[in-house]
Amino acid sequence: MLAMNNLIEERQQPVSTEFTGTVGDISISNPRMTTRNVDVHYGDKHAIMDVSLDIGRHEVLSLIGPSGCGKSTFLRCLNRMNDTIDICRVTGQIKLDDQDIYDKNLDVVPLRAQVGMVFQKPNPFPKSIYDNIAYGPRIHGLAEDQTELDGIVEGSLHRAGLWDEVKDRLHQPGTGLSGGQQQRLCIARTIAVSPEVILMDEPCSALDPIATAKIEALIDELRQNFTIVIVTHSMQQAARVSQRTAYFHLGRLIEVGQTEDIFTNPQHKLTEDYITGRFG
Amino acid sequence: MSNSTQTTIEKVNATLERRYAKERRFRKMGIAAIAIGLLFVVLLFVSIISKGHSAFWQTHIKLDIEFSAELLDIGDRRDIETLSTANYAALTKASLKAIFPEVDQRKGRRMLYKMISIGAPYLLREMVINDPTLIGSHQTVWLPADDDIDMLVKEQTDRNLPESSRRLNDKVIGWVDQLMARGAVEKLFNTTFFTAGDSREPELAGIGGAITGSLYTLLVALLLAFPIGVATAIYLEEFAPTNRWTDMIEVNINNLAAVPSIVFGLLGLALFINLAGLPRSAPLVGGLVLTLMTLPTIIIASRAALKSVPPSIREAAMGIGASKMQTIFHHVLPLAMPGMLTGTIIGMAQALGETAPLLMIGMVAFVVDIPGGPLDPSTVLPVQIFLWADSPERAFLERTSAAIMVLLAFLIFMNLIAVLLRKRFEQQR
Repeated sequence: MLAMNNLIEERQQPVSTEFTGTVGDISISNPRMTTRNVDVHYGDKHAIMDVSLDIGRHEVLSLIGPSGCGKSTFLRCLNRMNDTIDICRVTGQIKLDDQDIYDKNLDVVPLRAQVGMVFQKPNPFPKSIYDNIAYGPRIHGLAEDQTELDGIVEGSLHRAGLWDEVKDRLHQPGTGLSGGQQQRLCIARTIAVSPEVILMDEPCSALDPIATAKIEALIDELRQNFTIVIVTHSMQQAARVSQRTAYFHLGRLIEVGQTEDIFTNPQHKLTEDYITGRFG
Repeated sequence: MSNSTQTTIEKVNATLERRYAKERRFRKMGIAAIAIGLLFVVLLFVSIISKGHSAFWQTHIKLDIEFSAELLDIGDRRDIETLSTANYAALTKASLKAIFPEVDQRKGRRMLYKMISIGAPYLLREMVINDPTLIGSHQTVWLPADDDIDMLVKEQTDRNLPESSRRLNDKVIGWVDQLMARGAVEKLFNTTFFTAGDSREPELAGIGGAITGSLYTLLVALLLAFPIGVATAIYLEEFAPTNRWTDMIEVNINNLAAVPSIVFGLLGLALFINLAGLPRSAPLVGGLVLTLMTLPTIIIASRAALKSVPPSIREAAMGIGASKMQTIFHHVLPLAMPGMLTGTIIGMAQALGETAPLLMIGMVAFVVDIPGGPLDPSTVLPVQIFLWADSPERAFLERTSAAIMVLLAFLIFMNLIAVLLRKRFEQQR
């Protein structure tokens, strides 16, 4: 009871939670993706307000923030997955290597081949492990012949750290794997089409700590070749895997910076409150 | 604190008995509902099977037939035309005369000859045409008895009624008893029932024509309704924007599902027969009408099947750059297909049992020939049942029930496939 009262008292203390623009440096040199003044509306709801952020090459950028803060929405803007929602409207500018991805003439199919996505819940196709990985290369015509396709499948599974576990049952259904294996299968499926950027939407939220550790190690390895943006609810995870961290609050990008700085020396009061566990 | 916990538990305990009693009452009501439903199903089956099972056997009479060229009145000619117009009735008459030589009056003879089905000469003709060397030989042949004899042998007519209110007089019953005593009366499996078309004579009538007509009708309906229904469902569910127009289309499709089927029959009459000039009584027109009728069922079931595919599968496919078409055809459709097929089979089962709209387009005609194609006049199983149920002959009663048994067997078979598909669908998830 006493602790509870303290908490309430602390909350009632005046805090400078006013938003006066994103704290920290949103731009970096030689970025892979740049977003400027992005606003997202779901019907009448203003989900993301004026977010500008650069995403660097071969870095892991983590997006953190309390539920409903817009971090997943922002992530889904980066490969136009929001297009599938009828009432969703995106304004502002998002560029992938100087190409405006919301350009009217831009085709989303090649965009999504360049910017792959891993989802919160492992979602393998109800097909064999092999076909799960081979599907992307097949539809994009990445392999000349069967041998090359076999190579892509094996390579992707190797990079996802799943090869040794599934090499003897490539033709069994992917849905028969454990949750952690399924998620690594989904990552392998994404890297099989050799994207430039991988978006991960809370990839470990449905997994146990051991599977989570494996995926985190995998993310660290993938950084050599890919740019990764990861949404996470776990601040420890953000601290472990990412180089830069962006903190979202109620649709606004409050603060962005080197992960180390964000967690040890947050500049904004909201960031500090969230990181120290005072809310969220 | 401990005091208040106690009261909570006491409060809970006080309500427990009432809650469980409620549950027990509900379970008993459920079991009672199932029992009543089952009772009616069992009654239906018992009544139909007990009435209809005897139609699968037909009384035959053993006759010694002398295929004499003299009786046939053909001399030495053996060409097809002569053989097919020869007097085969004379053969059965001669054989019956030989068994009952004491019958010498004209009237008595006529009664005697009527014991054998009037279809018997055609059977003999078929035998001779298939093998002309039979001419001149003696053969023992089992020929179908007339339907009145059939009913007597199956004990479905009452011998104890006064003679004047019976269809068979004492003399004929006496002859039948004599034949039975000699082992010349036997109930044989009724193949005619499955192969023949309709007939005015019950012993010659069969559901062969009706089954063929039903198959052609269903084939036309399936070939049209499945692709159109599935394509409509995919477009409405996956591609169409949600606006006033698509809302209106959806409402109208749901309304169509509730339109009485006779209305579709009238529409078919006006549209396909009067306007388009298609032949009457044809399975093609029947199939078109049943297509209209089953389309809403298939569209609604297919849309539900598409909706039930988890969105994560779509996201997964789009996330690696599959186009909308690829997402739908590679991932969504295979998962939705069993549900779509289930809906289609249920729609087809509905169509198989449909009578009213087919009456409107003339499929209620008396058709003896087995249709050779979807443009030939024909009838369908439920309409055949309707026609037979209307017939006065006692022997059509058991044939009506037998035809219902065949129809139910087809329906159960189709529903079984639907259930199996659904089972497979659930396993895939």
